[in-house]
Amino acid sequence: MYEQPILQVKHLNKQFGSGCRHCTNAAQANLIKNYCPKCGTIYACRNVSFDVYPGEILGIVGESGSGKSTVMHCLYFDKEVTAGEVYLHDPEFEGLNLLTISSQKKRYVRNHKYGMVYQNPVKGLKMNFSSIGNIAEKLIAAGNRNVTAMQRIGQDLLETVHIPLFRMKEAPGNFSGGMQQRVQIAKALSNQPPILFLDEVTTGLDLSVQAAVIDLIKLIQRELQISMIVVSHDLAVIRMLADRTLVMLNGEVIEQGLTDQILEDPAHSYTQQLVYSML
Amino acid sequence: MGYVAVKGGTNAIEASIERIKYERIKDMEVVSVETILSSMRLLVDQVMSEASLYSPYLAALAIKQAEGSMEEAVFLLRAHRSTLPRLYYSRTVDPYEMFVERRISASFKDIPGGQLLGATHDYTHRLLDFQLLSETKQDLENWLAQYSAEKLPRATRNEITHYPKVVEYLRAEGLFETYEADNTSPDDVTKYSLQFPASRSERLQILTRGQTGAITSLGYASLRGYGQVHPTVGEVRVGRLPIYVSLENSEMTDPEDDYYLGEIKVTEVESFVPVTKKKNTNEHEIEFEIGYGVCYGQNETKAIAMSILDQCLEHPEESFATHDEEFVLLHVDSVESTGFISHLKLPHYVTFQSKLDSVRRVKQGGTENES
Amino acid sequence: MNPNQHFAFLDEGSKKEIRRASLKAVAIPGYQVPFASREMPIARGWGTGGLQLTLSLIGKEDVLKVIDQGSDESVNAVSIKKLVQSTTDVELTEQTEAATIIQSRHRIPEIPLTKEQILVLQVPMPEPLRHYEKKEQETKKLHAENEYSGVWLMLFEQIMKFGKTATQADHPVFVNDRYVMAPSPIPRFDNPKLHDSEALILLGAGREKKIYAVPPHTDVASLAFEDYPFTVEDFSGECCHLCGATDVFLDELIDEESGQTIFQCNDTSYCIARLNQQERKEVELADV
Repeated sequence: MYEQPILQVKHLNKQFGSGCRHCTNAAQANLIKNYCPKCGTIYACRNVSFDVYPGEILGIVGESGSGKSTVMHCLYFDKEVTAGEVYLHDPEFEGLNLLTISSQKKRYVRNHKYGMVYQNPVKGLKMNFSSIGNIAEKLIAAGNRNVTAMQRIGQDLLETVHIPLFRMKEAPGNFSGGMQQRVQIAKALSNQPPILFLDEVTTGLDLSVQAAVIDLIKLIQRELQISMIVVSHDLAVIRMLADRTLVMLNGEVIEQGLTDQILEDPAHSYTQQLVYSML
Repeated sequence: MGYVAVKGGTNAIEASIERIKYERIKDMEVVSVETILSSMRLLVDQVMSEASLYSPYLAALAIKQAEGSMEEAVFLLRAHRSTLPRLYYSRTVDPYEMFVERRISASFKDIPGGQLLGATHDYTHRLLDFQLLSETKQDLENWLAQYSAEKLPRATRNEITHYPKVVEYLRAEGLFETYEADNTSPDDVTKYSLQFPASRSERLQILTRGQTGAITSLGYASLRGYGQVHPTVGEVRVGRLPIYVSLENSEMTDPEDDYYLGEIKVTEVESFVPVTKKKNTNEHEIEFEIGYGVCYGQNETKAIAMSILDQCLEHPEESFATHDEEFVLLHVDSVESTGFISHLKLPHYVTFQSKLDSVRRVKQGGTENES
Repeated sequence: MNPNQHFAFLDEGSKKEIRRASLKAVAIPGYQVPFASREMPIARGWGTGGLQLTLSLIGKEDVLKVIDQGSDESVNAVSIKKLVQSTTDVELTEQTEAATIIQSRHRIPEIPLTKEQILVLQVPMPEPLRHYEKKEQETKKLHAENEYSGVWLMLFEQIMKFGKTATQADHPVFVNDRYVMAPSPIPRFDNPKLHDSEALILLGAGREKKIYAVPPHTDVASLAFEDYPFTVEDFSGECCHLCGATDVFLDELIDEESGQTIFQCNDTSYCIARLNQQERKEVELADV
């Protein structure tokens, strides 16, 4: 690929706890998984680097506690990183490490450049506002000030995610988990952000609903050419969605490459285990 | 026309002010400030505490003027406080130097220095004493003569003994962490407005000047389950503390040169609260922390409740309202809460007209764009 | 004037501090400047923020007008005037044009203000985002990050529910293209008067301990979507039954005798001025 990546992540580190002399040295031989038994510090992300190219879906797979969700929350500014750099290929932010810009600018990036779908819809939606209002919130944040236009966009999106329009003024609090997740996706997509983050979006949903959500994500990628980072513990989901995949274990990226390649010829023993267990 | 209800203001106000004076004096009984001062000690204490101005005499005057209304008396004293220039901060007061009048611990049967019950209503039976209806000055004199002859302690100032803090006993055992004395000046909430997150010094100031009822009910709510603090009262002490002011711009730091201003009576409470702590070695330990309560005068319920809330606010990670410093600190002040509630009595007809207009337009219906 | 009391009640240290906060407010239009609000002899919630501004600004040469809900004679306006006068001896007026400082609750006078005048508005709830976010620590962040989608969303939800916005008094405004501000509970009718005002407008919230300002000739826009424009209270077809004024904010009254709804100027001094003028004209005509 000669194309320029739209998002570059370099040496991302995130730790919980201050570290001690047993775990701060480079060797880090004293850790149990990503955890220092001496001081209790958790090294949630260790030196994570990757690129995301325009229009691709990048999968991040790993067991719970592997650091995959933490990576995403750091990128979306929900958590502060310990160290690292993130670059967005965008005329407004060219050459700027997004992790060090002002909180006002971070808010701007979130509102204008990013979309996020959380595993738990409670984090991404206002449960007592109307569904259409939830979608409008993202549009408003991105600068839209026209009710008719926002309503039209919202209706189109709700149709796309198969929410009947007669329920658009209902609060997502009244909806089932699957419907809430679809409203959240509609919201995240509303301002057509160049980058969309999807965190375990199918976890906890019925199988039929899972399939519908996955179809929806594929459709969005085809039609809108949005770059996506999909985090999941479920390799089956990653296989269906991701062009390329990162495998994470204990806060580190242990393997990355084309999804098909990883599935056919997993290099790391952990990945092998993952792949075989799926079959 | 009905419209004059809120007009003709000047005359109406004058009449109302006269009327309230009439209500105060119509029965022709003059209560002197001295009477209030010497017979309503605890009321005076409470007013001083909520007003955050230590002046028994002015508090008594405020009580007289306010016809005994707590909120009015506190308000009067606070407003008076605003007119006073604040020239000095006192030297840090060390409660170890307290001339203790009462001191109990719920944590231990016996404590170094002993339990000292002092004056308290705790063990009185709450039965109305109808003999007080016919109490005479002569009765008081007789009783006092006998009491001072038989029971009044003969200790004089020269042989004051200081009582050690109960916590020192436990600290020696390593159950309490020993902290360096923190000599940073406290943030003065009366000079700078409260910003969040608040410092502990700000929190303690707001709590100690809080309305007794508000502090008590929030502390109670926390204790009953709307909070995550399970205290044991380590020590309640009531007594007098000397106040000194150091010379400003003085090179010398000799305490001997400080000015003695007088003494204030306070209630001080240290509650012991067990908390789980993660040590550096990554092991969990249970340690005690102190919830601190202090207030002007003798007001033990308030000081204990304050000690609970202090500890609540030290642990904002708990999701209870009593652990939320904005919730607690912004709603316990007597002058603020009573003022805003009572402002609802002011005319609101402009805002109501605006509301009417809005409701009517919505009622007219239609979803057409307004243009 | 009570000789035992300091000029304008507050000690000079307090006044200086309030003036510093006011200057900062003027420098950052629409930004809420925290200040150490003093307890005043009138109750919190009864205009202590406005009163502290007035007392810290007032000098012996000033002429003061105080109105509450548009009326000079309203009890609380009278009470505040009494307090200021007893500690300053300044001249009081009911004529809007004659005043140098106008302290007001819930109204901006009908007569356009001039650059020689300062309007002090009393504010109960200074935070326009409070209904959306209850925590001060969070709303401060939202202002800092220029994140106002919450307040817009409330308007959007009203339109979804009712087909139109249903804001009442205190309709939020956008000041100097930067801060969303609560204009205090003035009717929407008064919002346009904030824009490009000749006079300095200071807003004081005593209980909430905030001062903010709209300096002269500042852009102030009432929040509204492009296709649902901002509207003011509708008095079309009605006029003041006393002076006949039409383009003013009217009080709706019920005539006790006839049981009919009648309207009357809310700004009482404006109404009286018009009545006097009409009388003069009649006299002049009669003289002719």
